[in-house]
Amino acid sequence: MRILESGGIYKNYFKKRVLAGIGINIESGKIVGLLGPNGSGKTTFLKLLTGLARPNAGSIRICGTEVGYRTKELVSYLPDSDFLYPWMKVKDAKKVYSSFFNDFKSEKFDELIEFMKLDNDMDVKALSRGMKEKLGLSLTLARDAKLTILDEPLNGVDPIAREQILGAILKGFNYEGSILITSQLVNEVERILDEVYLLKDGKIELSGDAEEIRNIRNMTLDEVYREVFAC
Amino acid sequence: MIKFDQSTPIYIQIMQKIKADIVSGKLKGGDKLPSVREISESFKVNPNTVQRVFIELEREGITYPQRGIGTFVCEGPEVINQLKTTLAMGYTKRFMDEMIELGLSENEIIECIKKVVEGSKDENT
Repeated sequence: MRILESGGIYKNYFKKRVLAGIGINIESGKIVGLLGPNGSGKTTFLKLLTGLARPNAGSIRICGTEVGYRTKELVSYLPDSDFLYPWMKVKDAKKVYSSFFNDFKSEKFDELIEFMKLDNDMDVKALSRGMKEKLGLSLTLARDAKLTILDEPLNGVDPIAREQILGAILKGFNYEGSILITSQLVNEVERILDEVYLLKDGKIELSGDAEEIRNIRNMTLDEVYREVFAC
Repeated sequence: MIKFDQSTPIYIQIMQKIKADIVSGKLKGGDKLPSVREISESFKVNPNTVQRVFIELEREGITYPQRGIGTFVCEGPEVINQLKTTLAMGYTKRFMDEMIELGLSENEIIECIKKVVEGSKDENT
């Protein structure tokens, strides 16, 4: 089944053009990487998918439905910024999620935070940056959403925690759905990706099957990335 | 997290790891392989990559699937012996290529091997 179908998307912030006619399609059961430097339009594209911003032109369908209030229950989104209130405990965040989303699985959440070595009684304000990232990821992955969007889940996290996070992503991966993940740490994420899209100045510079790109160019994705964005 | 060599596709490297486990006896004939999910989580690789590993292992006649139960290592010494030979020949060929690149003649290479073998015998006694 096609989870995401999009094409001809333009997005301007006033006079500044951020996305210039891009389109990404995702089939179910795939982990797809959206890679590009700062300011290439990754987060803007994700905001369009989640309905937090609207495109100036183009269409985006999730499981056949145009993005709107009805697609909110299909999409689980981990933003790249803090989104939890500091006064909360981990279990409060869990309560908010389980009352907001029908597909939130408490047992899956408990399993994920145990794997991440977090505890239901911890205070959000006492969590380090990496631990907050792990909590956000656990909340996001505990939903059985069709499309899971992870914006920079590895940012500002130490190498050991990164490995844990990659493990959690694979643990939480719902095989009937898909994951769209952005990252600048190409080297770290490339082994979990099926397909990649390289975004440059709001356009797709290169896209395809990860293994195929590696094979044809005889380079790792990290090297391909460096070549595409070198100048 | 195991490091993958950059020049070989990941699925081939995972296949080599499983084959090595079979040859060394860590995995025996009739043993059940871990599930796609388990391998994907422990190697931190995409589940579709692991799926490909399973398809290729099956195609090479090393494993067989049991619908609804899992994937098993084929039984019988022929499988292991053949694997051992192919792996050993592969490593030897790679070794030879590197030595030839250094400009050594066949006799010199054999001398080198003898020295190393003698050396390890001395260590053991």
